[in-house]
Amino acid sequence: MAKRIDVSGLNAYYGSFLAVEDISMTVEPRSVTAFIGPSGCGKSTFLRTLNRMHEVTPGGRVEGKVLLDDENLYGAGIDPVAVRREVGMVFQRPNPFPTMSVYDNVAAGLKLNGSYKKSELDDIVEKSLRGANLWNEVKDRLAKPGSGLSGGQQQRLCIARAIAVEPDVLLMDEPCSALDPISTLAIEDLIGELKERFTIVIVTHNMQQAARVSDRTAFFNLAAVGKPGKLIELDDTERIFSNPSVQATEDYISGRFG
Amino acid sequence: MSHASVSAKRPGSLKGATLPKWFSWAVAAGSVALGLGISAAAGLDSSIQWALIAALLFVAGSYGISARVEGRRQAKDRVVTSLIWVAFLLAVIPLASLVYETVRRGVKVLDGYFLTHSMGVVADTETGGGIYHALLGTLEQVGIATAIAVPIGVLTAIYLVEYGRGRLAKAITFFVDVMTGIPSIVAGLFVLSLWIVILGMGYSGFAGSMALAILMLPVVVRSTEEMLKLVPNELREASLALGVPKWRTILKVVLPTSVGGITTGVMLAVARITGETAPLLLLVWVTNFINANPFQDPQASLPVYIYLQYANSGGSGAAYDRAWAGALVLIAFIMILNLVARGIARWKAPKAGR
Repeated sequence: MAKRIDVSGLNAYYGSFLAVEDISMTVEPRSVTAFIGPSGCGKSTFLRTLNRMHEVTPGGRVEGKVLLDDENLYGAGIDPVAVRREVGMVFQRPNPFPTMSVYDNVAAGLKLNGSYKKSELDDIVEKSLRGANLWNEVKDRLAKPGSGLSGGQQQRLCIARAIAVEPDVLLMDEPCSALDPISTLAIEDLIGELKERFTIVIVTHNMQQAARVSDRTAFFNLAAVGKPGKLIELDDTERIFSNPSVQATEDYISGRFG
Repeated sequence: MSHASVSAKRPGSLKGATLPKWFSWAVAAGSVALGLGISAAAGLDSSIQWALIAALLFVAGSYGISARVEGRRQAKDRVVTSLIWVAFLLAVIPLASLVYETVRRGVKVLDGYFLTHSMGVVADTETGGGIYHALLGTLEQVGIATAIAVPIGVLTAIYLVEYGRGRLAKAITFFVDVMTGIPSIVAGLFVLSLWIVILGMGYSGFAGSMALAILMLPVVVRSTEEMLKLVPNELREASLALGVPKWRTILKVVLPTSVGGITTGVMLAVARITGETAPLLLLVWVTNFINANPFQDPQASLPVYIYLQYANSGGSGAAYDRAWAGALVLIAFIMILNLVARGIARWKAPKAGR
């Protein structure tokens, strides 16, 4: 059920501070799009506008249009809660619910949103954990606390939790930056599998990771500290990393920055 | 320059001279002996002056010797360590002595009979009688006060942490701070003037409960607020990002994560109001008979019971004993509440076990 995202003329504010200015881009369904760029350039802020999480931050405000297939997420009468069920999110630091077991963590999105039959829930939990390549590691300890898993396992648990509600799009905000290389590899492999079913957008500081996992790459930059971040270019990953059309992108990728 | 010659140049430079472990004890014993000796020689008859002399001797002695042998930094460390011990002892001695005295004097008449009988047919100067009526009154008054203050307090804290922005939240925070400082007698006078004088209601346990609730409310709000702030924002965002509405996020993620701390805060607030006397004296008055109805007629309560047994005793030993036993029951009640709170906090704390 992957959907296309079509952003046009999007500005994101924190209070009166313009953090991201005039972004327009299209994210294709069943593909991985990576956002790269220096810290503070608004990648994460922009990512959070895609499922209306930006406005959760005090003072957060968005102008412009985000079309999910043909529906404007910022249109009148759109319920942000419903948007977030369609557009899931995985965060930088693994954040399983500490009071819940592994099983309850995966089932959280469904349980907290309504009543499900036990057998139905069992199936969804197993499917999601298999989808996150975690089933074999945790199937004997589903009743144990989710916070007892290792960092990499916790992050895959969070991915399982996000895909359990069957979203159309999966947003990942630096999902591997708190993980070791082996766990990172596991997550990258997982991203490769998940893109068959979901539209994936990933923010990363790791250029090799962007090159490895993504089909398309967007480069963000800001003119100076205190100025808004902007989308510099969006292109096929291969082209961004071999022959980008903007000089700034090439400078950033080759390390000649600033 | 080889590696060996470097280490040969400064042998054991990381290892300074150290005084043996029994050093502190030896200095302490020496100063006590000297302190006793000096006060005996000078003819001081106070029971505390020798201890002050000994303490000064101890601090000066351990600083002097340690500064010579170990160096100035270690000597300062010893001085500060002994100051911390003094502060600790100053704090603990009154507490320990209070508990000891209460237990020693309280156990005389404390038995099953004492806990299950009232003062109904016992004159103040006679032996016998008990605290059943006061215990019942305290449980009911504190229970009702808790039932009023906890929902209001927890909901206020949730508003302040999860929803409150701008002026209203600031005003509420300010008034909660002001409420923390309200003397209990003022809370009592407030309810007295509103409930009994203006509305014309009579003395009752419920009137006392309202004053206790006023005293309890700011403590509950403050402690709950702190606990809710400790819940990482990431958990709220994780839940919101799953498409869970905000109120369910608070109910199912934020509150369960912090319920242990909230319970502890509530229990501490209960412990604080259980010993309040002034508002009860104003609003509940007192009776020697069992009154199980908190909404009508005066009720007894433990703090007022203790006060009256002391005040009306007329020098009778029996009434004194009952006052001490009542105090012991009150302390035990608060201590049990604290233990329960700790138990719940441990039981509900997020587990990291594998």
